[in-house]
Formats: sequence, C-alpha cells, structure tokens
Amino acid sequence: METVKNIFRFYVEGFKNMTWGKNLWLIIFIKVFIMFAILKLFFFSDFLGSQFENDSQKSDYVLEQLTTPNK
Amino acid sequence: MEQFDFTLIDWSRAQFALTALYHWLFVPLTLGITFIIAIMETIYVKTGNPEWKKITKFWMTLFGINFAIGVATGIILEFEFGTNWSNYSWFVGDIFGAPLAIEGIMAFFMESTFIAIMFFGWNKVSKGFHLTATWLTAIGSNLSALWILVANGWMQHPVGMTFNPDTARMEMMNFWEVLFNPNAINKFLHTIYSSYIVAAVFVVGISAWYLLKNREIALAKKSILVASLFGLIFSILTVGTGDESAREMANSQPMKFAAMEGLYYGTDHAPLIAAGVLKDDPIPENKDKKDFFFEIEIPSALSYMAFLDGDAFVPGIHDLVHGNEEQGIMSYYNKIERGKIAKQALTDFKIAKKENNQLAIEKLSAKFNDKEFLDNYFAYFGYSYFEDPHDIIPSVPFSFYSFHIMVMLGGHFLILFTVLLIFLYKEKLHQMRWLLWLTLWTMPLAYVASESGWIIAEMGRQPWVIQDLMPTMTAVSNIDSNSVIITFALFFITFTALLIAEIKIMLKQIHIGPNDGGH
Ligand code: HEM
Repeated sequence: METVKNIFRFYVEGFKNMTWGKNLWLIIFIKVFIMFAILKLFFFSDFLGSQFENDSQKSDYVLEQLTTPNK
Repeated sequence: MEQFDFTLIDWSRAQFALTALYHWLFVPLTLGITFIIAIMETIYVKTGNPEWKKITKFWMTLFGINFAIGVATGIILEFEFGTNWSNYSWFVGDIFGAPLAIEGIMAFFMESTFIAIMFFGWNKVSKGFHLTATWLTAIGSNLSALWILVANGWMQHPVGMTFNPDTARMEMMNFWEVLFNPNAINKFLHTIYSSYIVAAVFVVGISAWYLLKNREIALAKKSILVASLFGLIFSILTVGTGDESAREMANSQPMKFAAMEGLYYGTDHAPLIAAGVLKDDPIPENKDKKDFFFEIEIPSALSYMAFLDGDAFVPGIHDLVHGNEEQGIMSYYNKIERGKIAKQALTDFKIAKKENNQLAIEKLSAKFNDKEFLDNYFAYFGYSYFEDPHDIIPSVPFSFYSFHIMVMLGGHFLILFTVLLIFLYKEKLHQMRWLLWLTLWTMPLAYVASESGWIIAEMGRQPWVIQDLMPTMTAVSNIDSNSVIITFALFFITFTALLIAEIKIMLKQIHIGPNDGGH
C-alpha cells in the first residue's frame, strides 16, 4: 500500500513541479482530443465493422471484393 | 482495370503517404536520441562530473518536446487501416492485428513508466535506478518499432503464411519465419541504425550552432564528441544493413531493384550508377532511347551488390516484363495468366460457397493447400488484376532519385562525423566556421535521407501492397472519395500545426540553452 502511495505521490509531485513541460501536456491533450473525439468518431469508423455483423459476412464481402472488385 | 475508382485509390494513397511521412518526422529522433542521452548519463554516473548531468538534462528536454508532439501520431495510420484499407486489413488482420495492439499497449506502459522516472526522478531515485530507466526508455522505444517493421517486411516479402479461401484471410503457418524474414530483419536494423544517424546529426547540428554563437562551448564540444562517434559507428552499420537490404530486394523484389537503379535492360557485369540524371521515363520496349543525360558508373558493382558476384546477371525492367528464357526469368505476361487461373479458382470457391456445394468446396479448399498450385499459380494471384504488364512498373524517377539521394547523403554524414572528430581532436573545431555552418545545415538533410528511404521502400514496390499477391487498388475500401479528401485536408492542417509547434518550442528551448531547473 505504501509503495502505491509513493508511486502516486511521485507522479503528482512530478506533474506539480513541471514548468514549461505543462505546455507540452496541453498539446498532447489537444492532439489526442482531435484524434479520438473528432477524427476517430466522425471520420474513421471501422469500415467492415460498421457494415457487417459477423466475421463470416465480412469474409464473404472481402471474397467478393477480391474476385469481382467494385467500381 | 476500369472497375477501379482511381480518384479514391489516389486520395487514399496520398492520405496514407502524408500521415506516414509526417509521423516519420518525429520517430527517428526519438529512436536515436534516447541512446545518446543514455550514453551521456552513463558518463555522468561513471565520472560524477555535473557538467555531464547538465548535458544529459538539456538533450532530455529536447527529446521530451519531440516525444510529446510525436506521440500517438502513428495511431492515425491504424485508423486508416480500418477505414481506408479494410480489404487489406481483413486479408492480413489475423496476423498483425493482435501483436500490433499488444506492442502498442506495452510501449505505452513502458514509456509512461520509464519516461516519468527520466523526467521526474532526478534526486528522487538513486543514480543507478535513474540510469536504468533511461536505458530502458531507449530500448523500449526501439523495440516498439519492431512489429510494425516486421509487418512491413512481410508485405514486401510474404513468408510463413497460407491463404484460407473460406475466411479470405492469410493465416500464420510459421511465426519464426515471419519474424526472421530476412527482409524484416534488415528493415528493422536499417531503420533503427539510420534513425541513430538522424539523432546524431540533430545533436551535432545544434551543438555547432552554439559554437557559432560562442555559447555553451563545453556542452557543445562534449555533445559533438559523443554524437559524432555514435553517428560514425551507425553510419557504417547503416551502409552494411542498406547493402543487405538491397541484396534481399534483388531477390524478392527485382522490379523495385531495377527501378531504383534505372536499369531498363538486364546485363551481366551490371554497373552501379553512383550518380546520374534520368532523361525521362522511357518505355522498356524502346531500346534506342537513352536513359540518362549523364551517369557515373562503377563497373560490375550492381551485380556484386545484388548477388555478391561481379559477373552475375541483373535483370532489367524489360527482362521482367517480357521474360528472359536464357536467364530463367518468367515474363509478367505469363504471371498475369497464372494469376488469372488462381483467381478463377477463388471465384469458383466463392460460387460453390454461395451454392453450398460441399463437394466443390472440399475440392477447391484442397487446391488452396496444394503446394504445386500455391507455388505456380497462387504465388502470382495479384497479377490477375492487370491486363497490361506496363501497369506493374513502379515510377522509375521516384525510385531512382530517392534511393540515390539517401545513399549520397549517407556518404555525406559518414564523412561529416569523421571530419568533426578530427577537428575536435585537433582542438580546431571552434575556428572552422564553414564546417560548423555545414553541420548546422546538414540537420534537414538527415530528415530528407530518412524520408527518402521510406519513399524508395514504399513507392518502389508499387503497385503492390503485398508483393505479388495484393495490388494497392484491391486493398482500398469502397468508400466515398470525398470523405478521404476531407480527412486528407484535416490531417494536413493538424500535422502542420504540430510540426510548427514542435519547431517553435524546440527553437525557444535551444535559445534558452541548458539550465539546471525543472522540466
Ligand atoms: C549509405 C548507404 C545506404 C544504403 C545502401 C541504403 C539502402 C537502402 C535500401 C536498399 C532500402 C530499401 C529497402 C526496402 O525497400 O526493403 C533502404 C530503405 C531505407 N533507408 Fe537506406 N540506405 C543507405 C543509407 C541510408 C541513410 C543514410 C538513411 C537515413 C539517415 C537511410 C534510411 C532508410 C530508411 C528509413 C529506409 C526505409 C526502411 C527500410 O525499408 O529499410 N538509409 N535503404
């Protein structure tokens, strides 16, 4: 338990004592937000996952694509 | 070919190229500078000299900036696999999906633990523990590049897998064959070693600027010593692994090899074009056309590079398209025919599955396990999508120039590190202003060399996503091309903003210079 506390304190103090590094965290958060909350959510759905319910349907679709590719 | 939507294919490719090239602006520095920092900290721990601690902390700061801005940019590529390249992802997903996910999670935990100790742990953990964390950060970040490069190596030279027509997926037969694929090993080593050069050039470049400004003299000289030695060793190893990669390419991707050397007609005693300017992109049939405005040749060197034999025959683009019976080279025309037979078998399987014709399914499944069929027909499956073999030739100028730029710059870095060490030893470096300027201006060139490496690797293998099995056009998802154009623009804006932020914060920190304060 003491070890967990120490590790927690280590991180908290580390973050607290940061000076210019805080700006980097801001950049990381903005970036991750753009990536996951905007790009992934609105633009990058899993193509096969969103069209088909199970693996067998996905296989059939890809097989169709490989043998008679669509326009 | 008219069944493919080339607007969609071209934009999907442009988008992947943009994100991969931008992502790669951040990665090599992280791979290399972590080792340089670990060496500097080791010297500090061994000597106890606080100057080395200051130096270590300064480069650690710059590493932190690069890491923060670059981290997670690679996840975008994974988004694209699922959305834009779903046929490809399905085709190979079984093999690479899980290891890539495990690697991502492991890298995240390793990095968040060890990097936290690196930055927050000064004066809180013992010197030895801190040093261990620094080394583990370096090793961990390099190892996290392994599986993605193994996957790339497999795409260039698919081994250890078999195709299951029922699932339309590749299945792993031999894990070790995939991992120890010579293409993957060379790729991993060449990629990390060349990244060490990028980091070494970064360190000597900034140090040279300090010397030009008459600032931080001790830091600059000590950093140049470590980085030049490190850079020199890995420049030599980069030439060695690059040479191995070229040999592997000559065997498994002879068209890429011919294109990167602008070799239209094969020959024995093939010369290596050390430098040259291509005339245009001649069609292989047109024998009278001159290929180069001028060229500097090293006799027999290409034969030696490809097969370790100066007399060996190296096939040119013409030989590969039209075949060369004397040399036992099968023509692309023949490969297209064989590919079509394999595709017909797959089509028959699909029909049998739809009709639930068990007898036919069993018969055809057996075919996809038959070595004779696999080696002589399925091995050329991807060729079935082409009618004209000229569509299977990559861009010669792209391949030729990117390869030659990379190699020439490799020579430049090697000489630069040597000259820096000589003048440092003679204690004359500070006066050699031209050399310091040259070192400073070599910084962008290191990135040019590294990106050129990826251009030859990826453009040179076109039209294949998976060599001989899956062309780029079949790999792409059938989605609206407008959405790809929009995301291309979004990525362009986001990544450019990140790059500007990186350069600005980095420059500010370099101007401030080393200080013993916090991060
Ligand atoms: C000086 C001699 C060099 C040789 C003979 C060489 C050779 C090669 C070859 C043949 C490839 C293509 C491998 C493939 O397509 O599978 C390649 C790729 C690459 N090269 Fe080089 N190279 C050299 C120097 C450099 C330098 C100086 C850098 C960067 C600082 C560099 C960075 C890369 C990268 C990042 C790749 C892509 C990854 C890969 O495919 O291995 N190379 N190199």
